[in-house]
Formats: sequence, C-alpha cells, structure tokens
Amino acid sequence: MRVNFTVNGRPQEADDVWEGESLLYVLRERMGLPGSKNACEQGECGSCTVRLDGVPVCSCLVAAGQVEGREVTTVEGLADYAKHRESAHPGGGCATGACGTSLQDAQQWRAKGQDSQTGEGAELSPIQQAFIDAGAVQCGFCTPGLLVAADELLERNDTPSDADIREALSGNLCRCTGYEKILDAVRLAAARQGEAV
Amino acid sequence: MDFLRPASWEEALAAKAEHPTAVPIAGGTDVMVEINFDHRRPEYLLDLNRIGELREWEVGADTVRLGASVPYTDIMENLRAELPGLALASHTVASPQIRNRGGVGGNLGTASPAGDAHPALLAADCEVEAESVRGSRLIPIDEFYTGVKRNALAPDELIRAVHIKKADGPQQYSKVGTRNAMVIAVCAFGIALHPETRTVRTGIGSAAPTPIRAKAAEEFLNAALEEGGFWDSKKIITPSVAKQFAELASGAANPIDDVRGTANYRRHAVGIMARRTLGWTWESYRGAGRSTEGVA
Repeated sequence: MRVNFTVNGRPQEADDVWEGESLLYVLRERMGLPGSKNACEQGECGSCTVRLDGVPVCSCLVAAGQVEGREVTTVEGLADYAKHRESAHPGGGCATGACGTSLQDAQQWRAKGQDSQTGEGAELSPIQQAFIDAGAVQCGFCTPGLLVAADELLERNDTPSDADIREALSGNLCRCTGYEKILDAVRLAAARQGEAV
Repeated sequence: MDFLRPASWEEALAAKAEHPTAVPIAGGTDVMVEINFDHRRPEYLLDLNRIGELREWEVGADTVRLGASVPYTDIMENLRAELPGLALASHTVASPQIRNRGGVGGNLGTASPAGDAHPALLAADCEVEAESVRGSRLIPIDEFYTGVKRNALAPDELIRAVHIKKADGPQQYSKVGTRNAMVIAVCAFGIALHPETRTVRTGIGSAAPTPIRAKAAEEFLNAALEEGGFWDSKKIITPSVAKQFAELASGAANPIDDVRGTANYRRHAVGIMARRTLGWTWESYRGAGRSTEGVA
C-alpha cells in the first residue's frame, strides 16, 4: 500500500509498504532515515522515539498505515524543529512544506556542533548541543530517542524538576552511561533555555 | 494482510461485520509487538486511529463514558478526580511513549490478566460498551473477562467506550514490578471504597487466569465495617480485620509460576497490597477524603 505523510515538515510518500510494517521500518528502510534506532521492537527501549502529531511515541509500535496524513518528526529534523518552534512559529511546529527538513538533507544529516569533537558549521538543536557538552553520549544508540523525548519535555516544561526529567525519560533505556550525564544534559539545556528567555 | 482504514465508527462496525477476523489496532502497543515478532499475521488490520470519538470522554452524573482509545496520558491528566484508581493505574503503564498511544479499550480487547487497567476497573465498577452492526450492549465488567486473553466480545463487536462509575470515595492502586517504569505487573491490586453504598470493591491483576475481584475478602470486609459501625465512626480499622481481609484477598488469587514471579510470591504480595491499599484508602476516608493522592 501507499502511505502519504509528513516527515520533518515536508510531505513524503512511501510506496509498496507492507500492511503490517511499522513506522520505524518505513522511516529507516524506505525513507533512508536511520536516525531512529531499531532495538527491541516492542516499545521497551524508546530508541525509536519520534513525534507523531507532536506526541512522543515508539515508532516501532505505530503501524505504517496509521500515519496516513499525519506529521512525524524524527531526530534528523530535530534541529530545524527546535529552531522553528522558537522563532518562526511560536506555539510549536512548522506548517507543512513551508519549513522543515528535506529528505535529502535529513538523509545526509551529520552532527556538526560548536565543539571541537563535532566540527563546526551545521546547526544542532539546543538539546543536541547540551548532550555533547555534558558528555551524555557514549555508544550513541539510545541518543536519538532520548533527544526526541527530552526535547519534547523542555518544550512543555521550562523548568523541569529531576523527577520530571526521570519521568519523561523513563521509557528510554541507555546501557552505557548510567543516565547521570544524560540528566546533566537535560538540566543544562533547561538552564540555557531559561537564560535565553 | 489488508489494512482497513475506516473513517468513521459506522464504517468500522461495517468492516468488522464483513471481516470478523479483523484485528482492531488503536495504540498498537500489543498488536504491533505480535506482528513485529511474527507471532501473529492477521488477515486484516482494522485501524481505529481515524475515529476521533474514540479518544473523547464524557463526564456524566454518575459515570464517566471513557472512549476506548483515550490515551492513558489523558486519563492521568484529566480524570484524576473522577477516576482516581484508574488514573493511578494509568500512571504505572509502561512509559510516556506507550501511555501516549495505549488506552483502556486495548487493555480490555487484549484481556491479558496483567493489563494494568483491569484491577482499577473492577474496583471502581464499570460496564463495557460493545457495539456491532446488530446494535449496542453494555457488558458488566464482572462478566467481561472469560479466560486467559479472552473476553465476552462477539466476533463482530468492537469496544466503543467504558462506562466507569465516578469515585464516591477514596481509591488506590498498587503494582509489583522490578522498577517504576516499563514493567509488566508481577501482580497488582486495586481497591475502591464506596461510602454511598457502604461497600468496598477490589480487583486483582496478574494473579489468576483473568483479572478477578477478591469477592470473599470484599464480603468479609463489608460485613465487618457494617457491624463495627466503621463507616459512621471513621475509626481506624481493627488490625485483625485488615489482616483477615488481606488473607482472604491472598486466597482469592490463583497464580502461576512464571519468569516474573512465583505463585507463592504473588499470593503473598497480593495480601500485602490488599492490607496496604486498604490502609491508605481508609486513612483518606477518615481525613476529608484525600482520594486522589497516590504513590505511583
């Protein structure tokens, strides 16, 4: 079957989609967007977290056919999503087609932060920069899901308590860091967000 | 496999009548796991996401009509006063990502004994609104669970909503797991005080082939509270009464050994949870009914 939906603010079309296929499979294998990670395939680990109409969900548990006509934001579109949330479109999100990240840009997306470890040039969302600055990335496999979840937390809660952060990230497993630096990163991003206002 | 995408409830009922083997999918948190792991290859998937009314709820005089697909997140955030037990249970469901998708209709459709909503639904008392092209009916929750992952739905029926009695007293919910998020219940216990009828109702999860009520424990407690005049005096419940209630609740369980826990452990834990949740709710009842504060 064919599925038409919006990915990172741009309309996309996926063809020959199997009826039992997950959104995660469509993103990774048909759209060429491997940022959302495939690990448990049962909603346990959160590494496939994306925004579906703004709401964080496990893309492995969304049937491809269910996203027809809906909007999906992946980690590849996070920088642009964060930018437009603040400036161009107060109150969240971008109008379809007007902004967003093209499929080609998303496919070629590379982290290029301000830090010497990640080079210079391309933009990161504040949460991505905070993860780098706080050393919250080790193997990196859980990072995309955590970024999407943490970004959504900071969107609705400017000053999250530690309990709020733990709750918001409770569906994302990390097997390297012990979470401390991830919590640091979210606190850092929240603090920077507070300073910017 | 065919993917059916009805745009309205009427279309969904027609599709289910035409294809009774079609598997309804809403949040996908059960169905997609089975498909991803190749445990299930339904001939038809019936997507319910496009039917907006399934995500709506109405608060009536005595009941809340909760649409089958209202996500657990919405129950937690919006129905804590009316449905405190279910709101607490919803908070124990998996993770934010899962709670954003899953709803009570899915829990009932899957009818797993470990479903988090069941003990709260049993304790609060509710009716399941099932509908087909033949018409609509209300199934009392006590008659809904018919076996392990089996329920009273006919093949052509879909769950439209659940009519849950609004809380008239404190409710509590307790769940045993290895951590606070992302756990399937080892066992769970729900309790609701109903001061208007001077009764107590309970629900046990994950400790029998189906979700069950601890009926002998309820009957014992109802009689003891009545005889002792506890509802009027609001005295502390005599420890021996609480102990007997816990033992009877434990005795109602009919658990199995599995990877999550042994039958003995479950029986024991159900008793402990019964005693604790009774204590919590009774304390709320004694002190101005702080019914919605929970531990989850």
